[in-house]
Amino acid sequence: MKKESSPHTSPCGSMSEVSDVETSLNWDHIGLKVGLEIHQQLKTERKLFCNCRNTLVEEGPEVIFERRLRPTRSELGEVDVAAYFEWKKGRIYEYHAPLLASCLVEADEEPPHSMNKEAIETALGVALAMDSRPVDEIHVMRKIVIDGSNTTGFQRTALVSIGGGLEIKGKKYRIQTICVEEDAARKGEEKDERISYVLDRLGIPLIEISTAPDINSPEEAIEVASWIGTLLRMTGKVRRGIGTIRQDLNVSIAGGEKVEIKGVQELEILPKAVSFEAMRQKKLLELKEELYRRGLKKDDIVFSPIDVTLILKSSKSKVVERNLSKTKGKAYAILLRNFKGLLGFELQPNRRFGTELADYARFYGDVKGLFHGDELPGYGITEEEVRKIYDSLGGDIEKDSFILIIDEEEKALKSLKAAIDRIKAAFDGVPKETRSILPDGTSKFMRPQPGAARMYPETDIPPIPVSDETLKRALSLKPPTPEEKKRFYEEALGLNPSLAEQLIGSEQQEMFERLHSRLKGKVDPTTIASLLLVHMVSMKREGIPVDNLNEEQIYESLVLLSEGKITKEGLPELIKLLSERPNAKPIDIAKSSGLLTMGEKEVRDIVKKIISENAKVIEERGERSKSLLMGLIMKELRGKAPGSLVAKLVEEELKSFIQHRS
Amino acid sequence: MVEKPKILLKEMGSSNFLFLNAPPFRAGSPVENMKEDISSLLVPGKRVKIRTKNGLSLSGLVLQRYEIFDPNYITLKLDNGYNIGVKVDNILEAEEEIVEERKASGEFVPETLPSEVVSKKKIHIIATGGTIASKIDYVTGGVTPVLKTEELLEMVPELRKIGEISSEILMSIFSENMAPPQWEEIAKRVYQYQQKEPGTGILLTHGTDTLTYTAAALSFALGKLSSPVAVLGSQRSSDRPSSDSAFNLIAASIYASSDICEVAAVMHGETGDSYALAHRGTRVRKMHSSRRDAFQSISSLPIAKIDPFTGNIKVLRSDARKCGNELLDKEIGKPNYKFSDKVSLLKFYPGMPPELIDFLVERGIKGIILEGTGLGHVSEQLIDSIKRATDSGIIVGMTTQCIFGSVNLNVYSTGRLLIKAGVIGLGNMLPETAYVKLSWALGNFGYEEAKRILLENIAGEYEERELPSYFPMWKHE
Repeated sequence: MKKESSPHTSPCGSMSEVSDVETSLNWDHIGLKVGLEIHQQLKTERKLFCNCRNTLVEEGPEVIFERRLRPTRSELGEVDVAAYFEWKKGRIYEYHAPLLASCLVEADEEPPHSMNKEAIETALGVALAMDSRPVDEIHVMRKIVIDGSNTTGFQRTALVSIGGGLEIKGKKYRIQTICVEEDAARKGEEKDERISYVLDRLGIPLIEISTAPDINSPEEAIEVASWIGTLLRMTGKVRRGIGTIRQDLNVSIAGGEKVEIKGVQELEILPKAVSFEAMRQKKLLELKEELYRRGLKKDDIVFSPIDVTLILKSSKSKVVERNLSKTKGKAYAILLRNFKGLLGFELQPNRRFGTELADYARFYGDVKGLFHGDELPGYGITEEEVRKIYDSLGGDIEKDSFILIIDEEEKALKSLKAAIDRIKAAFDGVPKETRSILPDGTSKFMRPQPGAARMYPETDIPPIPVSDETLKRALSLKPPTPEEKKRFYEEALGLNPSLAEQLIGSEQQEMFERLHSRLKGKVDPTTIASLLLVHMVSMKREGIPVDNLNEEQIYESLVLLSEGKITKEGLPELIKLLSERPNAKPIDIAKSSGLLTMGEKEVRDIVKKIISENAKVIEERGERSKSLLMGLIMKELRGKAPGSLVAKLVEEELKSFIQHRS
Repeated sequence: MVEKPKILLKEMGSSNFLFLNAPPFRAGSPVENMKEDISSLLVPGKRVKIRTKNGLSLSGLVLQRYEIFDPNYITLKLDNGYNIGVKVDNILEAEEEIVEERKASGEFVPETLPSEVVSKKKIHIIATGGTIASKIDYVTGGVTPVLKTEELLEMVPELRKIGEISSEILMSIFSENMAPPQWEEIAKRVYQYQQKEPGTGILLTHGTDTLTYTAAALSFALGKLSSPVAVLGSQRSSDRPSSDSAFNLIAASIYASSDICEVAAVMHGETGDSYALAHRGTRVRKMHSSRRDAFQSISSLPIAKIDPFTGNIKVLRSDARKCGNELLDKEIGKPNYKFSDKVSLLKFYPGMPPELIDFLVERGIKGIILEGTGLGHVSEQLIDSIKRATDSGIIVGMTTQCIFGSVNLNVYSTGRLLIKAGVIGLGNMLPETAYVKLSWALGNFGYEEAKRILLENIAGEYEERELPSYFPMWKHE
């Protein structure tokens, strides 16, 4: 494609470049508003609606079956749009039901059992910690989801508390609702119309915390998310690891629209997701301005597909060839006057306006993709063919653009219609939609935002009153806020601020708490915390298999320390050795590796021996030779005797040696 | 997307956050008076704004509650779609909100399909109850049956490809409330329709609990058929995307447009949506309380296997009765659709007192089907009572509560004593089928004829050869 500097080929003269936007957006200025929806798996013993263990399994026997889902109609005849299009695609869902972690309830072959009390109480505990008010009676709802991830075709969800909030750096963030819901099945392979799912994850309880749109920058988003994540971990009742916590967000900027972005699994992606969406909305607003600047109107965009099959019939392009060879395979194009450059306009890194159109075409017409004039020639479509398309559409290659879809006739037309509707929506700025996150923090269109018809009561489960007894148990499970806990660690346990900070919400926190309470103060909390957070972490980094250790071994090692049988210095060494012998007893390893402390007499003998070996130096330097001796002796005794004892004995023996000499 | 409930918060006292978007509570208001105001507002269908004693400010629609729910709460549908229960005692203030028209926006009404009918086969749907075809009210969760053929075709457009569909609602009752009078009514209606529209395949939608009793009743009452009759239901109600109702409807329609002239129960074949089975109406039993594939042929083989996606129907039994020779068959057109309500089905259990049988005799029962243990036994204690029953002209038949297999009263002495007491061994006829058959036999024929008919295989109720493959292969590892 020739690049000329006519006013139309330099498409977005007034429009900023994607790269600047990323670094230079002023969040206050553009009116950024973000709300978070945090989903965290709970570590209950059983699943939410059955007696299956709350666990994921990789092996073991499984049953495989296939199902299809069909959208349901409301009494107004309406169906959920996304549900309808999933069904139209003729999806077949292949379910893998591991016998170790799923039963007839997950297979949708048995009604749900009553709701797991442990999950409700844990969620209410979290609610109380954020001053959110429990509802009087919990009603389980069904939320239609027919991508196959729920065998029923809906997700069971229940609102358990309303309102509340949190405070970070003096700013308040409101909580809107807290819900308990069932997690969906794990997605496996996707091949054509067949998608497979594993049912172990289906039915694992989730707590969903929704904040108000009080977040005004990507940094705040990550702060709020990690604060809530930490609070949740403070319950000691959440599952850990990748996929156990997921964030959805809704983002809007002034003049934009509240757009939902689903499925952020890693916290680090969150600020990116926010800024890329803010950027996308800003760019869409710029695009809108540009459309009007060019004098275009919504009514100029008409669905007027032209059959260009003949032009592409002998195309060498693989994609074209493959799609035209389908039964009723056709190529249709629609001219977009005065659109040159606009389809190639970048909204997010590597995602152009044309990419958005293609997403719409895929969703509504189930095609693989869409070509547009701003990216052709390319994909094997030649300059000659592009020129012919322009000619047959009656377009000006310098000013106009077009969209082109090659597929079965019906699909091609349907998806072109969807793309045209999306182009029309560009005249209004930002469409209200639900998007799914991509690994780099950008997002793609997933579906239009669902309406109220998605939610209706789960008639198989009667309402659950939130009794005083339930609230009492919830109160006992109420986690301290991260700030409260940190203060406790520093003030009551004497941890230094950095260790306390590190411990809060860490994977090791629960073990620390257990060890500390079992040892009843016989080992200094700082020693326990630094063993877990400093020594063991750095061992792990060095490749020492510390994950092999069980808690009992760590506990027994700490007991040895408290009894003076090993030294503080010997403790990490013992842990290192134990991790290579997972079933060994700490006392045996300490014995066989010479880590047991020596009695005072043995230590004194060694001190005496070293002093006599270094008589010459001592004669020269007198008392000043103490630090040298200390070094030599510790080298031999490290881990076998506490340094304080060694220092005391060196002091005594050196004095007596010098006196003796003189 | 509906807005989340608006909840503002404000710092106050020891509690960090409080909710305040309702007018402040008027201190000293007489709570009693307020209660009265409130109760008139808290009625189903009203949109209200509520302030609760624990500081919540809520707005939503008051919904109808089921009678069994605790009356001390109201159900409120919030604007975000969730329902919650609010304790009436917890309500401080309530005011009505202007009700907005329910809008159809945001959702989508699919285009209606072309009305072209691909097949000329006629299929008539007779609804008796159950939720095989229903629509849901997303607000209340209430499910209403689809009444019009058009609506049904909109829900399951695939049916158009199978045949020309018509439908009617004969009755709307839970299947557990079905009894011999309903069997009569249904059989009569099916027969009339087949007389009026010869060759039309019949679909009978039915609640699943007693579906097999009705299937057996029709098998006996309708005699030799001139067109197929499929009885079907759904194990997952049609208000959910995973419902098996469309699958079963399509499969049953395929059966109804086939040339198999038998009464069959057409339901899921296995847990997946892969194939359906047409079971002989006299050999089918609901074997699971909730699974889709609960319906299975017992000690028997289904008539046919149906692929609802391709429309293929594979006949599995060589003795499946073909349509086509009905004009030559004199018995066609002479249904005997009466059923006696003087028949009882009794399951023997250890310790069963003989008075149970005496009682039935006193009440003027005419026939008893016993579900005995093993090969067809009851305790010796009962034998005198049974003998008195048969002596007084009551037909007593024996089936097995093992469900699978046959009774044989010749093997053990108790069996021989039962024969002596006048008990008729009913081979491998299913207990429920035997009950329906005796009710039908006594409804239409005299004592001797009924006794004779009971032993005759008239609708495939006896499986003459029981093959090793007719017993399910339970998995143990």
